[in-house]
Amino acid sequence: MDLELYLDLLSQPCRAVYIFAKKNGIPFKMHTMELCKGGSGQSPRVGTCRDIPEMRDMRFLSAKHTAILIYLSCKYQTADHWYPRDLQARARVHEYLGWHADHIRGTFGVPLWTRVLAPLIGTQVPEEKMERNRIAMDQALQQLEDKFLGDKAFLAGQQVTLADLMALEELIQPVAVGHDLFEGRQRLAAWRGRVEAFLGAELCQEAHGPILSVLELVAKKTFPVPQPEAYPNMLRRIARIP
Amino acid sequence: MVLELYLDLLSQPCRAIYIFAKKNRIPFEMRTVELLKGQHLSDAFAQVNPLKKVPALKDGDFILTESVAILLYLTRKYQVPDYWYPQDLQARARVDEYLAWQHTALRRNCLRALWHKVMLPVFLGEPVPPQTLAATLSELDVTLQLLEDKFLQNKTFLAGAHISLADLVAITELMHPVGAGCQVFEGRPKLDAWRQRVEAALGKDLFQEAHEVILKAKDSPPADPTIKQKMMPGVLAMIR
Repeated sequence: MDLELYLDLLSQPCRAVYIFAKKNGIPFKMHTMELCKGGSGQSPRVGTCRDIPEMRDMRFLSAKHTAILIYLSCKYQTADHWYPRDLQARARVHEYLGWHADHIRGTFGVPLWTRVLAPLIGTQVPEEKMERNRIAMDQALQQLEDKFLGDKAFLAGQQVTLADLMALEELIQPVAVGHDLFEGRQRLAAWRGRVEAFLGAELCQEAHGPILSVLELVAKKTFPVPQPEAYPNMLRRIARIP
Repeated sequence: MVLELYLDLLSQPCRAIYIFAKKNRIPFEMRTVELLKGQHLSDAFAQVNPLKKVPALKDGDFILTESVAILLYLTRKYQVPDYWYPQDLQARARVDEYLAWQHTALRRNCLRALWHKVMLPVFLGEPVPPQTLAATLSELDVTLQLLEDKFLQNKTFLAGAHISLADLVAITELMHPVGAGCQVFEGRPKLDAWRQRVEAALGKDLFQEAHEVILKAKDSPPADPTIKQKMMPGVLAMIR
């Protein structure tokens, strides 16, 4: 059985998995999941966490993006730079991913919720929370630049790793809703240029297309309206915004 | 040169690293960084970790932060038994899956339970509104259910038939609310039986030793005002 990936390209870790698989020529069957459509009826993983990306590879199921990326890089023996064998180089990738889980994930997705998804279902996120989110993003970007990027070409060394891919996809999320994080951050902007150049303009366009056209679709009122059965999950997500 | 570990056993990921190193007889020098004395905020420690967080590892010139990264580094460097982080692709992915999940779920809930129930009111003298505490504890409850239903299921350990990093990271997290006086295992026979298996696999004495500090957290004397002032911003950000 082929590898099957359950993805929604509006989701940042889904894009990371999508780009990784495409860039490395890993054959897979894509199942498009629409987060706003509520239930995941078509998902084979019934009765468990409905996280996406989900991956179905024979009888193996997994539900967490970093686990999926590591699994893919080992199973398909992708180029070493993604997830280096070298003890210290690999530790740097994990060091980033650990920090990312606490400071990037969960923070950079918020603007899409406050600016687009919450209003779409008729709710508002208090300004105070939006301000807190901006501060959290600023602090995280500063650490990202100073501690992780430093003077290096990429976050975990001189070559592209899973860390860069995970980070780039998160940072694209606020950019797509009009919050240009790269403005005034030259080092970070140059890093983005390097990562995108490595991935290739075509693949970036393909993967980023849906998220980058969100505002346009909303303005034209052609963004898919969430189904009522999606509301409870969406409201729970919104309530979790600190 | 001997490996140096910067730890405070009050911190749950520090306990996981401590137990892992001891259990696998990895020689190390312990550098205690007392969080409740604000030692992690000192300039001296900022030389080790500019992000001012424990745990940190120093192996010669190589400094590494982030608990999962440290555990995986030790696993690979010291060639510990395979079951901690199996070579088998799918078995390993199960461990990775848990490690990715706990970061955003169990970690947050256990930390908040400890601080809302004990550390803020007792140590920092900051009362916590009852509804905040109730919300925190009910969130913890939901996460414990997920841990039991989705990860443990009917298996012996979280990722299969053997103990792995997943179990170690999970048990040290759960001891946080236990230290706060929460009855985490009551009414959850499956999770309780798992806890006993994990404790037995790690060794009762080592488990006890690593958890002495957290089990006494309830009796912390109130912080002195200077320390409190220094710590508050970090604490609030941590449990937000």
